[in-house]
Amino acid sequence: MNPLVLVFATPLLGSLVLAIMGHKPHGRNVNVAFSFGTLLAAMALTIRIVAQGPLFALSDQFFIDSLNIFLVTLTALIGFTTSVFSRPYMRIEEDRGKMTHGRMRLYFSMYQLFSFCMLLALTTNNMGILWVAMEAATLTTVLLVSVYRTPASLEAAWKYFILCGVGIAQALLGTILLYMAAQKVIEPGLNPLLWTNLNASKLVLNPTIMSLAFVFLLVGYGTKVGLAPLHNWLPDAHAEGPTPISAVLSGLLLNVALYAVIRCKILADGALQNNFAGNLMIGFGLLSVLVGAFSLLRQRDIKRMFSYSSIEHMGIMTFAFGMGGPIANFAGLLHMTVHALSKSAVFYAVGHAAQKARSQIMDDIRGLIKVSPTVGWGLMMGTLAILGMPPFGIFASEFLILTSAMHQLPWAAPVLLLGLAVAFGAIFSRVQPMVFGETNVKPLAHPPALLPVFLHLGLALMLGLYIPSYLNEWFLQAAAIIGGR
Amino acid sequence: MTDLSIQMINLFASLLLLLAFAMLAQRRVINLVHIYAMQGLTVVAATSLVAYVTHQEHLYYSAAMTLVLKVFLIPWILHRLIKQLDIRWDVETLINIPSMMLAGIVLVVFSFNLSLPISKLSTSVTPGTLGIALACVLLSFMMMITRSKALPQVIGFLSMENALVFAATSATYGMPMVVELGIALDVLVGVFILGVFMFQIREQFESLDISHLENLKEE
Repeated sequence: MNPLVLVFATPLLGSLVLAIMGHKPHGRNVNVAFSFGTLLAAMALTIRIVAQGPLFALSDQFFIDSLNIFLVTLTALIGFTTSVFSRPYMRIEEDRGKMTHGRMRLYFSMYQLFSFCMLLALTTNNMGILWVAMEAATLTTVLLVSVYRTPASLEAAWKYFILCGVGIAQALLGTILLYMAAQKVIEPGLNPLLWTNLNASKLVLNPTIMSLAFVFLLVGYGTKVGLAPLHNWLPDAHAEGPTPISAVLSGLLLNVALYAVIRCKILADGALQNNFAGNLMIGFGLLSVLVGAFSLLRQRDIKRMFSYSSIEHMGIMTFAFGMGGPIANFAGLLHMTVHALSKSAVFYAVGHAAQKARSQIMDDIRGLIKVSPTVGWGLMMGTLAILGMPPFGIFASEFLILTSAMHQLPWAAPVLLLGLAVAFGAIFSRVQPMVFGETNVKPLAHPPALLPVFLHLGLALMLGLYIPSYLNEWFLQAAAIIGGR
Repeated sequence: MTDLSIQMINLFASLLLLLAFAMLAQRRVINLVHIYAMQGLTVVAATSLVAYVTHQEHLYYSAAMTLVLKVFLIPWILHRLIKQLDIRWDVETLINIPSMMLAGIVLVVFSFNLSLPISKLSTSVTPGTLGIALACVLLSFMMMITRSKALPQVIGFLSMENALVFAATSATYGMPMVVELGIALDVLVGVFILGVFMFQIREQFESLDISHLENLKEE
């Protein structure tokens, strides 16, 4: 059986099953089981791609190549480890009275449905279905962000819905314009919304229409990436939702949105034959780096702080893809992978730390190492990883991006360095007293899930030192597909 | 006959623009829902006419779906919400209505300017309507950001989506059916979720005034 069908069927089935029995004590384990099944299916798909190269499926409606296969596996992996993290985390939340039975069912079934929507968005060949899947992913996470039903979470979810809804409406307009450009040049027998057909004819797409289409698509999908100035929903959604959702939002959904932007950029570059698309992305990327970095200085809530860090990192990635060229693209893809792993590891540690201290305000969390060395060291290591300390993978990707910036866009390198330095100072100075020193936190009622933290950090460390040959191959191929200067 | 049909399509497009302005000026919430339903009806009429002129069968299905969803189902859901939430107020706007109308005119001129080069390249029968569709999108957006209550924001969002469907019809004879179905499903689910939210916002804040939802800031 085509492993792609399993990749879709498993989370869909999981969503249905958990909608019925998610509140039972073993509902958490069923969630983990379905996520593990999705991971196995994704790994089977990966093996198939390694063996046979790019794959079309289901009458060309789905297309897996080197650009999305590693994202599919990453999504399945982080979906699985987050479900492992959800087990003790949601159990503690339930014990503290923050979740009812109905909301547990909602949480687990929406979690699986969210996985399904992301995998659909990553593997679809149809630009229209890409839009539908992105909107559906937004809708599922809106329900997940508001699951605690506190006033703050309702505000966060409403803001998220309205801002991302407006953003994604712009993306729909961009898709309509793209369709209009495509209808003129693609032969009548072929589907004009399939990315592969568009990619084959990208040189003859009308430049006027394509430039307007790309602007709308960048603004639209860029809202979901968290690019400044469209990022206002991001800190609230991360801070008020359950921590597993912050982890998958930062680690996965932002990546999927950036993937959508990249696919559109490839088409725009082909049609426009100048650096218009890339320059727009460089502008938004640098703005996001600066806004993210300087906003870090004012934060008091730990999850808001790390969400601004996500904005900064997505800015770095957007800048890298905007610059283009083999090294910057490779570095951007590597950054997408290690950032997802490191940021989700940080959020796992942060989640348990906040539960121990019963507060998300950083001044209330002190001295984690004394009470729970594993959570404390997990947070410290995760922070070092996300700040770009060698030998973690983010150092490698940031180094590559900086050096290629120095070659191609020398004026941008000081801006990036400033952003990275400010972020380092801001985050490290906040995390250090939280981990070391006198403690005020209590142990948790159930053992925290620390395997995911160290698994992710281990992978991030490995990718900083050694990239497996097939991953290297995919990054190189994908970098060539993305093109650029 | 096609000449008359094309004139009729342009007429419906102008009606759509007029209704968008009417929404901007409207203060009572129940009338907003009625204007939204009328917008849906206009889109249905325009889509059916385009289907007739260009012999694109799938546009009839698209028009039927719009009719069921946007003229009957969603306004009915909104009516029920208004009754259950007991919303009776006249809507306050952040900027006074004459200023909003002037801003709306500026937006329309801007949209027409923006879409002029694209309309020249369009091969569809109604190239001029793309500018109107873009103007309606921007007007709905302005309505969303200048209203201080939850339900008008939702209606602004829905009317933006209506304008986008009309843009798709006028520029590209609609989108492939599977995409249209997906969009319709997203809109429907979105309305449900927004309805659920409005209840919860009301429960938490005892009011549907959006200014209550401005507390999440950095200190």
